[in-house]
Amino acid sequence: MKERFFKWFYGESDPMEHILDCAEVPDESREEWKYEEHEIEREISRRVHTQSVIRAERRGFYAFYLIIAVISCLMLIGVLLFTVSQLPRYGVENPRAKEVIERYVEKGLEETGAVNIVSGMILDYRAFDTLGESHVLFTALLCVMILLRLDEKNKRTRYENYYTVLADPYYDISTDPIMRIAATITLPSIFLFGIYILLNGQISPGGGFSGGAVMGAALIIYAAAFGFTVTDRVFTYRMSRCITFLSLAFYSFAKGYVFFTGANGIPNGVPKGTPGAVLSGGLILPLDIAVGMVVACTMFGFYSLFRRGSIGGE
Amino acid sequence: MFENLWINGEEAVAIILFGIGFTMLLFQRNLLKKLIGMNIMDTGVFLFLASMGYIEGRKAPIVTNGVLDTAAYINPVPAGLVLTGIVVSVSVTAVMLSLVIRLYKRYHTLDLDEIYVLSKHQMEDR
Amino acid sequence: MLFVVNFPLFTIVLSLFSGALCFMLPGKAARRYTMCYEAFLTVLCLWILQYTYLNGAFTYVMGEFPAPWGNEIRAGVLEATTALIFMIIMLTAVFCGYRFIEKDLDLSKENLYYALLNLMTAALLSMIWTNDLFTGYVFLEILTLTSCGLLIVREIGRTTLAAIRYMILNLLGSGLFLLGVVLLYDLSGHLLMVPIQKVIRELAADPNTLPVLTISTAILTIGLSIKSGLFPFHFWMPDTYGWATPTSAAIMSSLVSKAYIFLLIKIYWRVIGIDIVERMPIRNILLVLGIAGMVIGSVQALHADNINRMAAFSSAANIGYIFMGIGIGGVAGYTAAIFHIFAHAVTKAMLFLTTPRLAEVSGDSLLFKELQGSGLRDRDAGVFFTISAFSMIGIPIFAGFAAKLQFGLAAVEDGAGWRLILVFLALAVSSMLNALYFVRTIIRIYSRPNESTRMEVRPHHRAGYNVPMLVLTVMNLFLGLFSWVTVDLIHRGLMMFS
Repeated sequence: MKERFFKWFYGESDPMEHILDCAEVPDESREEWKYEEHEIEREISRRVHTQSVIRAERRGFYAFYLIIAVISCLMLIGVLLFTVSQLPRYGVENPRAKEVIERYVEKGLEETGAVNIVSGMILDYRAFDTLGESHVLFTALLCVMILLRLDEKNKRTRYENYYTVLADPYYDISTDPIMRIAATITLPSIFLFGIYILLNGQISPGGGFSGGAVMGAALIIYAAAFGFTVTDRVFTYRMSRCITFLSLAFYSFAKGYVFFTGANGIPNGVPKGTPGAVLSGGLILPLDIAVGMVVACTMFGFYSLFRRGSIGGE
Repeated sequence: MFENLWINGEEAVAIILFGIGFTMLLFQRNLLKKLIGMNIMDTGVFLFLASMGYIEGRKAPIVTNGVLDTAAYINPVPAGLVLTGIVVSVSVTAVMLSLVIRLYKRYHTLDLDEIYVLSKHQMEDR
Repeated sequence: MLFVVNFPLFTIVLSLFSGALCFMLPGKAARRYTMCYEAFLTVLCLWILQYTYLNGAFTYVMGEFPAPWGNEIRAGVLEATTALIFMIIMLTAVFCGYRFIEKDLDLSKENLYYALLNLMTAALLSMIWTNDLFTGYVFLEILTLTSCGLLIVREIGRTTLAAIRYMILNLLGSGLFLLGVVLLYDLSGHLLMVPIQKVIRELAADPNTLPVLTISTAILTIGLSIKSGLFPFHFWMPDTYGWATPTSAAIMSSLVSKAYIFLLIKIYWRVIGIDIVERMPIRNILLVLGIAGMVIGSVQALHADNINRMAAFSSAANIGYIFMGIGIGGVAGYTAAIFHIFAHAVTKAMLFLTTPRLAEVSGDSLLFKELQGSGLRDRDAGVFFTISAFSMIGIPIFAGFAAKLQFGLAAVEDGAGWRLILVFLALAVSSMLNALYFVRTIIRIYSRPNESTRMEVRPHHRAGYNVPMLVLTVMNLFLGLFSWVTVDLIHRGLMMFS
């Protein structure tokens, strides 16, 4: 009984697996990657051996360390709860934060030209943080490319090939008619919605990050429903590289120019437009578009790299 | 000591979420569960930030009908911080997931202790 | 206002642009561009140092909105000196290590490596110049992601495992740091450093709010200590530095951990106020943990079988030194800690850049038994390794000795008591342990090899390798022989730091 509890606790067995197993459809095409008997036996014996090694190492000092660590975590939570009880009241205005908020709310519209105060804040008052933030996404794309992009060293074993080449047709859903019809009906609206959120960053809730995420999701649905061969015609590696580079370069230089002129007291000559129109907010609209492009390319790049190890099928 | 805890209830729940995520990140052996713990931890911090900015009876900080009074809107600063935090959390989750994919391709298991034992016994790279 | 004032902005924005540019360029062009660009950055930082030395610190408003509403960066003597030393070390690391990069990486990913290097430069410089807590958090995350990328770019199984442990611990630290920033914002209503300090003075004076302030400071400290490798959280170091490609190992051990400690020192001086921090119990805890790190790191280095792992444990010990300096406190303690940041950065970079050459002439193996006699096969690498080992032990005329002297002086200035005795004991014990494992290694690389070791052909004497290492040696000797110049610079910088 205790054995079964600990097996469930550590995730080694699942009480529902007999019920859920019936739902899986048997597929004869899986013959080509069935494993040999001796390979399966070797795998099982290796795992039993490592489990016994781990259980042997886990007694004694390790158990003591675990108890100490659990106590420290509980102490951390207790200390933090004590802190929370001493903080300013929830739901009531914090008098110390008034100085900063007053300028953002009262003068935000005339200084930045944006009706959405939060957009005005992150893309004008505190634009340096957003500059760093878009580069965090870019850095993550670089790291995932280093890890998952297939090259000569990676295309080695049959197991790795299995995940990227042999099994992909089995997990591919682009042959499913439900997916294709649903995508044909809904995709234009999703794309339009993404563009709408992007362009309305300074008027209503929205902006570059959310609009870019919706457009990226639309691209992912497109690739999943119709297959990568269709997206590879348009969305190649070169195009995605150019879009990312041009957007980030534009962002860096535009914001660098604004910081430079602002710090030196030179007027920066960016028109503010009429509040409430789409073409308003000074530089907020072009920056939103740049950020949206980067986010969409990055999201689609993540999906493409996870699925088949390359952006644009190169 | 803990008098105000009920009044600051939302923030307390956020801290409990943070604690749960933190504990999962430290102690779970399964790599995917560690990542879920990390996401729960970040979600706790975002909830904390969002509930910090809320002021009762006021609206979202988008200028409507030309009302430019601080007393009509909630605090806009935490909303901007949460936006940045969410983007950072997504990026880090993507990188960690690709690390887990690479480790699984190589060691065929998601258990961190097992991977550690296996790597000590395999000597094909120095 | 002179044009020089804009240079900190240029360094950050141009580095971010260079990261995107290297993504577009092919591999070799990316490398040449990075080398030229880093040389250009070194010149800019030297210019900024000269300006701030003569005219004092200046605040640069990012955009047209001044302090509590907009963002700003600040440059003083201390920041400029740190930036200059970091840039020189990065330049030498790229120059000395690019041959190993070509060997370790898949060549199609070489431009990604240089793009990550440029983004890391942007993050390092931004954390040095920043005057705002949340900007510090965003660029801290960039630094975490780029250092992970720099590690995994060498695709062997060990690095992936090391990267996951490194990332898990770093994300814990980042989460705690973000929580600390959010708590400080809730208490003070500001995100820029100087306005927060005014509020914190009021909070510290009132005994009802002092506990919350202490806890927020403690959370910030724990977050940054986890990320830089203080004693109980240092076990990711040997795997991470041991298997990375030499440029990455040199940059990560010399620069990345120190950037986190620099941010911590900046928060103590500018956000919370050094007099308030000195009254908190955090100071003694950091002292004790630092000393524990010094001793235990050295003891673990004695048991290492691989020269890179030994150097990594020695890094953990030296981070303990720096935290001991922070724990001693006072201007003298922080001067000693920052001097050790510089001395250790210069020395560790040299150490991690010579060990791969020693391994190259021993059949690409880093194990001690294979490295026997490698100093005789590759004379340049052996000489530079000996110089850096002497500096780490603390032999006079080298930088390590000057750093330990500063620690001793700081402890004496702190006053008599248990802290003085503990610091002197720790310095003695750890110097002895350092001598043990470094002298053992030096003897090993210079003794005649037996038949079982593999002999390799001597490498070419490349000027491209010796010149940057000579630059590092000159800096080491300068810090060691003319230490009063650097101490005076740091002192001046600390006076205008808060």
